[in-house]
Amino acid sequence: MGRKINNLLLEFARLHRFLMRFFREVVSPPFEFKEIIRQCYEVGWKSFPLISLTGFIVGFVFTKQSRPSLEEFGATSWLPALISIAIVRALAPLVTALIASGKVGSQIGAELSSMNVTEQIDAMEVSGTNPFKFLIVSRIVATTLMIPVLCFYVAGIGLFGGYLSITSKDDLSLLSFFTQVFESIQMIDLFAMVLRAVVFGFTIGFASCYVGYYSSKGTEGVGIAANSAVVASMFIVFIEELLIVQLLGFITPLIS
Amino acid sequence: MEKSKAIINYDKAVIDVDKVSKSFGDRQILHDVDMQLFEGENLVVLGRSGTGKSVLIKLISGLLKPDSGTINVLGEVVNDLSERDLMKLRLKIGFSFQNSALYDSMTVRENLEFPLVRNKRNLTRAEINKEVEDVLEGVGLLQAINQMPSELSGGQKKRIGIARTLILRPDIMLYDEPTAGLDPITCLDINTLINEVQERYKTSSIIITHDLACAKMVADRMVMLLDGRFERQGAFSEIFDTDDERVKPFYDYNFIV
Ligand SMILES: Nc1ncnc2c1ncn2[C@@H]1O[C@H](COP(=O)(O)OP(=O)(O)O)[C@@H](O)[C@H]1O
Ligand SMILES: [Mg+2]
Repeated sequence: MGRKINNLLLEFARLHRFLMRFFREVVSPPFEFKEIIRQCYEVGWKSFPLISLTGFIVGFVFTKQSRPSLEEFGATSWLPALISIAIVRALAPLVTALIASGKVGSQIGAELSSMNVTEQIDAMEVSGTNPFKFLIVSRIVATTLMIPVLCFYVAGIGLFGGYLSITSKDDLSLLSFFTQVFESIQMIDLFAMVLRAVVFGFTIGFASCYVGYYSSKGTEGVGIAANSAVVASMFIVFIEELLIVQLLGFITPLIS
Repeated sequence: MEKSKAIINYDKAVIDVDKVSKSFGDRQILHDVDMQLFEGENLVVLGRSGTGKSVLIKLISGLLKPDSGTINVLGEVVNDLSERDLMKLRLKIGFSFQNSALYDSMTVRENLEFPLVRNKRNLTRAEINKEVEDVLEGVGLLQAINQMPSELSGGQKKRIGIARTLILRPDIMLYDEPTAGLDPITCLDINTLINEVQERYKTSSIIITHDLACAKMVADRMVMLLDGRFERQGAFSEIFDTDDERVKPFYDYNFIV
């Protein structure tokens, strides 16, 4: 028991060191711009097809399912407003984060842990490249930048899915649909979406890198790392979602 | 297949390990280890698996820190160096890893360019290409230049790994089990390469192995790590002139007597 608590504390100490090292190295030159750009491309591109499909389906299905409740009150004309708020406030950041946890998180976890197992990280270190900066910082920066971009994309494609769902029953021009959408979204909603996406993006990059970098040596470590990266990312994303909802509930009345 | 005499300066130690100890948790791996590598020399470190041979060379290259004792490499105390100075010193040390440690997302050419372009930033494209091709030619694998590591055999990977460290023209080479897992003919090739590197690049090298044929072919001198200490050292014949039960099986197994 005492040993378990001791190990847990050591783990926290290591986590803390990892976090501090990230913030120290992300601001100190030399910067790995080329690698950051390459990683942005990887993060953005790897999850692009899946995220397009999921975003579209979520928008389409959500709209379809919401229609009957509004129909009861003869309020189907509120659909654009309803789905835009739902998508921007909750669905887009969550869907993006969950898909990216699966695609990007497992990729980062597996990649780093296999580099660790086969001593590629050591090899980098002894040949004059700082592997923390080259491998870790670049990946965390990439997810933190790209998840918000993907999130906007998911919101757009989700709304488009919603529009198609609406026009399967009603006549509505794309222009008037998006006019209604933008009328119902407030600045604070967009701000909240970006906040969530940045936090989730950082989380996915950080958790996956940490798990991969400290994976146990041995080939089975690679599978474990890929798996734990996904589980850890998703788990923390949900906890953060809860906290952010509370936080926004607190500050929104203060602003408006 | 005895080794031809090399030019060794026994007055100058390029690596001086002085009373170094290292533990992981409550397991002590190295006990007050002393060791010297002289300029121009091929030093073979023998020892069973798990005795801490890899730990020793990781201490030398600063990948691990000793609990006590000092490690002097090319006149600098490794354990006292700042991150930046350590980085500089490491460029003079080539490290050939047991699994070759090629970057598996890069081609052979990119693997070789990686240390070069990142450490010598003012080279032109033509100079980089020439360096890469020269070094690859030196290890006899110019034809593999555009292949991915996954397409290479174990022996080829080993050569490319060695080439990648040679491209920075190191003064010291550290080989971690260079012949492990290779067939006898490939082993001979790698041993020959190790001797060629010593001659052509004027390196001083530590070669870790438990393959006695390899040891015999490449060693100017040998040391044996037993229970975390260097207890025996000397030429091949001197090392095995003993009844020590920890030493004899090495010889018996390798040369079936
Ligand atoms: N980073 C590390 N953390 C904990 N234990 C380690 C570490 N590196 C090596 N060891 C342990 O030290 C011992 C010696 O390892 P090593 O030097 O790799 O042996 P070998 O002589 O076969 O190269 C092994 O028992 C290994 O488990
Ligand atoms: Mg070893």
